[in-house]
Amino acid sequence: MTRAGQAERGQGVRTLVSPLALATARGRALYWTVFCAVVLAFALAFLFPVYWMASGAMKSPDELVRTPPTLVPGGWHLGAYTDAWELMRLPTHLWNTVVQAAGAWILQLVLCTAAAYALSKLRPAFGKVIMGGILATLMVPAQALLVPKYLTIADLPLIHVSLLNDPLGIWLPAVANAFNLYLLKRFFDRIPRDVLEAAEIDGAGRLRTLWSIVLPMSRPVLGVVSIFALVAVWQDFLWPLMVFSDTEKQPISVALVQLSQNIPLSVLIAAMVIASIPMVLMFLVFQRHIIAGISAGSAKG
Amino acid sequence: MTTAQAPRRPAAAPPAPAPGTTPTQSGTSGAARRALSRQLRAYGFLAGGLLCFALFSWYPAIRAVVIAFQKYTPGSAPEWVGTANFTRVLHDPEFAAAWRNTLTFTVLALLIGFAVPFLMALVLNELRHAKSFFRVVVYLPVMIPPVVSALLWKWFYDPGAGLANETLRFLHLPTSNWTNGADTALLSLVIVATWANMGGTVLIYLAALQGIPGELYEAAELDGANLWQRVRHVTVPQTRFIILMLMLLQIIATMQVFTEPFVITGGGPENSTVTVLYLIYKYAFLYNDFGGACALSVLLLIVLSLFSALYLRLTRTDD
Repeated sequence: MTRAGQAERGQGVRTLVSPLALATARGRALYWTVFCAVVLAFALAFLFPVYWMASGAMKSPDELVRTPPTLVPGGWHLGAYTDAWELMRLPTHLWNTVVQAAGAWILQLVLCTAAAYALSKLRPAFGKVIMGGILATLMVPAQALLVPKYLTIADLPLIHVSLLNDPLGIWLPAVANAFNLYLLKRFFDRIPRDVLEAAEIDGAGRLRTLWSIVLPMSRPVLGVVSIFALVAVWQDFLWPLMVFSDTEKQPISVALVQLSQNIPLSVLIAAMVIASIPMVLMFLVFQRHIIAGISAGSAKG
Repeated sequence: MTTAQAPRRPAAAPPAPAPGTTPTQSGTSGAARRALSRQLRAYGFLAGGLLCFALFSWYPAIRAVVIAFQKYTPGSAPEWVGTANFTRVLHDPEFAAAWRNTLTFTVLALLIGFAVPFLMALVLNELRHAKSFFRVVVYLPVMIPPVVSALLWKWFYDPGAGLANETLRFLHLPTSNWTNGADTALLSLVIVATWANMGGTVLIYLAALQGIPGELYEAAELDGANLWQRVRHVTVPQTRFIILMLMLLQIIATMQVFTEPFVITGGGPENSTVTVLYLIYKYAFLYNDFGGACALSVLLLIVLSLFSALYLRLTRTDD
């Protein structure tokens, strides 16, 4: 970690190319050439498609199919965006997505945190077996079990209730996230027992200890779990496609695909831009944390 | 709440007397009661999460295996049919096509999805400026919803006014059918998947490269190793573990590919992009054949579990 930290500040960490080679005039020229080439390549590969999408939605329908295409729209029409907003009923689908993502996030935070805390600190009987069972689900590829999971949701055992076309069909399965639970448990494992015992000697109950001692200490891991939880629901496609056959209740990802067939191209592209904005904004705001989280996760393998 | 005791409470602290008993009588029954209430509390915290895992992870896993041997129609009682589902699925001509496509997809995604991000990370690690710009830009496509990237590339691949062919025309290169040609469709989808997902891989490789001690490069240089030799004999061996991990994870992820073929090609042309997961979806939601879908799921599970087991075995060492 310290080495990565040093590298982050760009101070004197030796990499593949020796600093001496870079200090020569030839080395410097080569470095800047490579640097400019990489900036150009990155802009073309990753930013240009996004620009093409955002600007394409502003072109008029004839301009959109013109060959060769125009790099900059002839006029900036916002009509496609307003059409998408109304014709594709984006407010409804965006709201559905927000409800589904927020509910899954809150339930995951509450139930996974409580379960991880119990497994880490309360020593339940069979705790090891339960943790093993949870980790085993990491081994089982989630997508391969979607059909039996769908049948379970369609007719819950014993109570025979269907969660199809119900946000609960997204929320409850989201809680069974072994990866997030494991992240939380591993973090709680590192909190020394003495800290918690001190609180209990002072008369705090288990819930009090969790709320006022454990959770404030766990802010970083709660942040990571929150981002994973929100992104997962927002980006998911196949599971909500199975759960919501009712168009009114579909999240934006499903609605986009369902409506893509019979909608003018410019309107569809505008809707795609609108669907991307929330996650891209969240990424730009939290980019430091997200990137650090991914990079740090790798250190453990 | 006053009886709440930490399991390792120091012996010096006076035990809290149970109501109605004197401290000397509280011996074994008090301890048992405390242990029981401790267990109840622990399971109170566990209950919600445990129920969700039981219902939505463990139960479906068992059910997949059970239904694979049943004729299952929602609403009516399931019938046992032995291995009929498996024989039916195995004789479906789409079965072989789906597995062939999925394996080809995985191999192509592995070749492109390893080489491109690794080279990118290698170059980025040498650059001393605009570090966070590169990281943000390479990760940007990951944050775009997969459905949007798929629709975006579907538009790019349009044989008429699509960006892909326009670019080729601009460069005076022959154009391609992309997703409309049976021989190019799968590769076109691999390009989409790589574009959309490689951000995470690049960041992880980058973190791994930063963990390589600089002295190793210095020592190699003193021994007269050139740039390529330093990559081969220092960088690759030092990151071998992480490369292997990511490759395994990528195999597991790409063998479950669904969104790109479903959104971009609909499995065509000529079934050239039907994947195993797509076939499972078709059996369940088009043919209403849940037994067949579960039989396919079980087969996919068995194959993927081999890779997962390998992954867990390799990572087990750090715990």
